[in-house]
Amino acid sequence: MTLLKKFAGALALSVLAIAPAMAQAQYPDHAINLIVPWGAGGGTDATGRIVATLLEKELGQPINVINRTGGGGIVGHTEISYSPPDGYTLGIITTELSMYHWTGVSPLNYSNYEALALFNADPEAVYVRADGPSLDELLAEIRANPGTIKASGANLGGMAHLGWAGVLTTNGIDPADAPWVPTEGAAASLQLLASGAISVVTTTMPDASPMVEAGEVKPLVVAANERVAAAPDVPTAEEALGNKWAAYAWRGIAAPNGLPDDVKATLVAALDKVFNSDEFAEFMKQRNFGIDYRDAAGFEAFMMDADTSIGKALQAVGLAK
Amino acid sequence: MEAFALAASMVFNVETLVTIFLAAVFGLFVGSIPGLTATMATALLVPLTFYMAPIPAIAAIISCTAMAITAGDLPGTLLRIPGTPASAAYVEDSYRMAQKGQAGLAIGIGVVGSVLGGLFGFLFLLFTAPMLAKAALGFSSFEYFWLAALGLSCAALISSGGMVKGALALLLGLFIAQVGMDPLTGTPRYTFGSIELMGGISFIPVMIGMFAVSEIMRSGRRVMTEVAQVNIKNPFAGTLAMLWKYRKNQVRGSVIGSLLGALPGVGGDLAAWITYALAKRTSKEPEKFGTGHPEGLVEAGATNNAALSASWIPAMVFGIPGDAVTAIAVGVLVMKGLDPGPTLMTLHPENFYAVMIVFAIANMLMLPLGWVAAKSARWIFEVPRALLNAAILLFCIVGSYSMNNSMFGVVLMLGAGVIAYVLEARMIAIAPIILGIVLGPLVESNFTTSMIISDGSLLGFFSRPVAAGLGIVTVMIWSVAVFQTMRKFKRSPDTASPLAQ
Repeated sequence: MTLLKKFAGALALSVLAIAPAMAQAQYPDHAINLIVPWGAGGGTDATGRIVATLLEKELGQPINVINRTGGGGIVGHTEISYSPPDGYTLGIITTELSMYHWTGVSPLNYSNYEALALFNADPEAVYVRADGPSLDELLAEIRANPGTIKASGANLGGMAHLGWAGVLTTNGIDPADAPWVPTEGAAASLQLLASGAISVVTTTMPDASPMVEAGEVKPLVVAANERVAAAPDVPTAEEALGNKWAAYAWRGIAAPNGLPDDVKATLVAALDKVFNSDEFAEFMKQRNFGIDYRDAAGFEAFMMDADTSIGKALQAVGLAK
Repeated sequence: MEAFALAASMVFNVETLVTIFLAAVFGLFVGSIPGLTATMATALLVPLTFYMAPIPAIAAIISCTAMAITAGDLPGTLLRIPGTPASAAYVEDSYRMAQKGQAGLAIGIGVVGSVLGGLFGFLFLLFTAPMLAKAALGFSSFEYFWLAALGLSCAALISSGGMVKGALALLLGLFIAQVGMDPLTGTPRYTFGSIELMGGISFIPVMIGMFAVSEIMRSGRRVMTEVAQVNIKNPFAGTLAMLWKYRKNQVRGSVIGSLLGALPGVGGDLAAWITYALAKRTSKEPEKFGTGHPEGLVEAGATNNAALSASWIPAMVFGIPGDAVTAIAVGVLVMKGLDPGPTLMTLHPENFYAVMIVFAIANMLMLPLGWVAAKSARWIFEVPRALLNAAILLFCIVGSYSMNNSMFGVVLMLGAGVIAYVLEARMIAIAPIILGIVLGPLVESNFTTSMIISDGSLLGFFSRPVAAGLGIVTVMIWSVAVFQTMRKFKRSPDTASPLAQ
């Protein structure tokens, strides 16, 4: 105990020694935590870490990336919204935030956060095996023999699932006629497709590009507003089928509600520099992530839109509560 | 051959070699701290690779991972805290060996066996990688289901307390694996409204609690007694003789590891359990398994590292990562412009060979670094066990906290420790519980996925040639086991409990 007291005493002394110098300092005057609601090594983690590295340079304070995983992202998202709104806890929020309250797993939604910036959005694309049918043949087969074509991409009610369901509903097909096979993610689904167990996979383009190069699978259509620069030959849903349909998986940075205005202004300005930097553009290009930068107000509006359209899509597949 | 020479020149330069060495030391350090995993070491390394050239960057990841996984056997042997799901298969034997005063030999077998397994995997993959990757891609949920089911049947074999108790322990593990979100519908199961439980019961805190905390409780009761502490005079002494004695296990473990390791998502974790069970099944002295017998350690240790090299094949050739570590590595590959995919092997075979050479170097580095680590681990045994327990508990807490950065992990770890203490006092082995937790999600998700694909028809499990073959083998193994147990019961009605030991 005495050792502990000595240690605590020493700590207190050193804090006292530094404190006067810091007392007048502007935000931020110590390290910031950045909560990532998904596991180390995934796409959200990778983008979170590069954002942390670049933001660290702008703010002059270390930024610790903390992976708070579990519950399909709910654990981390909840923690970001509950943290003290002092600017020392920020978080990466993702597509799934628009779904929780519709499916009833958590009341969380965009209004629980102070939006700071959107930085990434990737459209979902539809893939079949390289020797597979064309888009028209595929849809004709689903209409002729409902239930024989199985599709996959990730979990039930995730963005990949909704992307597929949207392709079907906008063309007058019941999503139940081409059932969804839930898996833990794109890699497992692509494996099922390549092994011949299922016929269709919906996923974002970066996830599927090695399999496309390998000549194992081919893209048919992308659920985007315009063609994707990395794959200019793949038609959008509107071009291929005549009906507009877009489904984007997105990532942004946010803080808990109630952030002081001066702190928010500092962060928004710093993030504006980060997301317009060459380093960030270079990183996103290398990893095949699409950049979609929107400032705080733009991000807020984007999430409001996403919330409505995802609610509709979830109702179409019967997953909204 | 030209590509191979080019690859060698890419690896054998000062920058790359120094990076390999530093990353290896870092991996050794993280891996040998109980509770800290190879995944964590790799994730910590990633921001540093942003600033490196492509080959050193990927070399850093490889050597760090390989070393962290092997180093994870150190706390397993010395403190009964296994580093990975795979090393949990043989932790009982390596820990008991250390308790018998053979810590040096146990670590030696672990390290040298891993090196040989890893080098075998290297040679094997050098020639078969493209074919193996293509074959692995043909595996669907039907084949995976049977493999996982085959893995489950290992529980009966690895249980030291007999088949019935093994099955009970396995069921407990499978139950633990049920907690969390249903993989099919995302519906919470056994979560009682807790958000923490929705994420499922994390494997690492449970494993640490079951193995390490229960051991702390057991040895803690003997606080007053003088516990004989062993000393590692010359780590590795007698290792080669032991490996020669069990050379058949060494080779078989390496081959199976290389083959199963190439299956994304299943390979690494499953392979060591299967070969450990196989070693026991074919052993002349199966009764010694789990009491500090090196035979299973040799085979499963070799499997572990052979599978590690192989797990990179689907990641590099098709961009399909099998676990968190290879997922991180795929990210680094992409970022460095070495896009995973078949072009990595056709357009730039030198990059592929360079990666393989790094594997070989990292494996060989394990010998000297492992020796130093084993030698310096000696201080652990100079401290009386009662005092050491406090430090071990501290590591257990740090390790289980750091998995999700939450106190919930610590609570899980302590709870699992108490349960394991009670079970082991009743002669129920812990290993099958761990196996259940590892394989439960695999069995379940592959079963439900397959059932959806086959529209609910069980015949689907026999409709593809490889699945049918695996299915028939699995069902046969089960029938033989049931038949043998029935005969045993009939022959000796009064020793009816095969549980008694």
